[in-house]
Amino acid sequence: MPAVTAPSRAARGAAAMPDTPGWARWVNHHRKWLFAAPAMAFVAALIIFPLAWTLYLSLTDSSGSVRAESEFIGFRNYLDVLSDTARFWPAVGRTAAFTGVALFFEVVLGMAIALLLWRPFRGEKWVRVAILLPLVATPVAVGMMWRLIFDPNIGMANQVLGWVGIGPQPWLAGQHTALPTTIFIDIWQWTPMVVLILLAGLTSLSDEPQEAAMIDGASAWQRFRHVTLPLLMPTVIVAVLLRGIDALKTFDILYATKGRGGGSFHEVETLNVYAYGLSFDYNEYGLSSTVLILFFLIIIGSMWALTARRKGAGR
Amino acid sequence: MKPRTGFRVFRAVALVIVVLSLVAPLLWMVAASFKTNVDIYDSAKALVFTPTLTNYETVLQQANYVQFIGNSLWVAFAATMLSLLLGVPAAYSMSRFNMRKSALVVLMARVIPGVSLLVPWYYVFSNLRMVGGFSVLILSHMFVSLPLIVYIMMGYFDGLPEELEEAALVDGLTHIGAFRRITLPLSLPGIATAGILSFIFSWNNFMFALVLSGADTKTLPVAIFDFVGYASIDWGGLMAATTVVTLPIMLIALFVQKYIVSGLTAGATKG
Repeated sequence: MPAVTAPSRAARGAAAMPDTPGWARWVNHHRKWLFAAPAMAFVAALIIFPLAWTLYLSLTDSSGSVRAESEFIGFRNYLDVLSDTARFWPAVGRTAAFTGVALFFEVVLGMAIALLLWRPFRGEKWVRVAILLPLVATPVAVGMMWRLIFDPNIGMANQVLGWVGIGPQPWLAGQHTALPTTIFIDIWQWTPMVVLILLAGLTSLSDEPQEAAMIDGASAWQRFRHVTLPLLMPTVIVAVLLRGIDALKTFDILYATKGRGGGSFHEVETLNVYAYGLSFDYNEYGLSSTVLILFFLIIIGSMWALTARRKGAGR
Repeated sequence: MKPRTGFRVFRAVALVIVVLSLVAPLLWMVAASFKTNVDIYDSAKALVFTPTLTNYETVLQQANYVQFIGNSLWVAFAATMLSLLLGVPAAYSMSRFNMRKSALVVLMARVIPGVSLLVPWYYVFSNLRMVGGFSVLILSHMFVSLPLIVYIMMGYFDGLPEELEEAALVDGLTHIGAFRRITLPLSLPGIATAGILSFIFSWNNFMFALVLSGADTKTLPVAIFDFVGYASIDWGGLMAATTVVTLPIMLIALFVQKYIVSGLTAGATKG
């Protein structure tokens, strides 16, 4: 550390130091934007132009190749997509069902498991490791793993059902069971995420309100319902927000388990899978851009609704 | 507060069930990777079987997985390093100068559906003859890593007291010097957290590589997806492949558990 400099000089601010070269002083003075700008420029360059282009493509009939001639057709794609009850609206429904059901179970189970882990116990470390494993596993690999377990003929799932006397299920292969099965996989992989977030929230709570409620004779459920849960609400909303954004955009396990178009009956085709298919399996760029713009609006809308709730809960 | 005995018994039973349901499928996957396809089809050999390494031989020797492991490692490593280079100073500025709106620009990258960017990216990068090369893969993975790193590091810098830097300024360091010699060394745990998570997310990323990688630059998740052809599935080989991609990440998770948890829960408890 250069001890030669007098305190009085430092007090005038480091930028005024005469023994630093000019460029260093300039760097020092403009550090705020020198530090922040490269990262912002990188993200902006990769977002703004593509998003603007997606917006433009959604107003054209571009298909086949993005290089091919395309015509400006105004809002016709939007009319087509919004009146498409064969693919678009079912995909919206599946996206909503997937996200809603998965989130519900992830939050309820996540809360239950977090409460179990709240107070210290022996072997805690190993339980925490087990909870981390599904979370870090590669989603495509997780999809393939469950494909084997849920295989109607050789899978472990039907064997286990056989032991308790339930007949074999088609799981991922069934037209009506595929979506619930993928929701199950999502719950298996991502409940741990909710557990970790809620556990961090629980550990940061102080013990006093709990103890006070206990002295007042509140039961365990009353203490949870009226003391812990309200205090934890902001954390719950963060968990729902983080998990919700990712659940809406789920792609990996759906594409890994059912492939193109979400299966031959589009049984797991959510908006993201639909848009990906339109873009890269069928090269319908105009339509896919329209779907993506609408999808993006849905994401922003649900985030906005949730953050509004978060602010409300914070008061 | 010490829980009562009744609750402790209930908790022990419940936790055993939780741990089993989380770990059993993974163990099943690893077990199947050591079975011949005949044994996989035989329910009598569910737990007792003669382990074989044939599946790993298939995957590592015939299916080129050694190359894909190398690709995945290189892309994840490069994307993480470059994102740290851009992201750590950015997070510092955004935290110290309270640039919440600017931070939002970077965090937008986390919210946007990746597909909406892929068509324009594909067009631009194929015109630049970059599709199929490593550079475009690394760029696209940075798009995942950078927001994550900025998010985690902002929380970390928010928690570092500014007085330490002020003391360094009094001692005659410039602002940059204080950042380099005081703040940066102190934030190494945060940087480790951000780096590890960024590496994991990049390693696991599927969609960007699915569109932007070529035959020589394929990453592991894409290689696994390609393993499933139209013909019947070689389950033993597939499970060996999924074990190869998940095991390294799980080992990392075992050793640096604390960092991963603190990264995943960063910012969650600030009201």
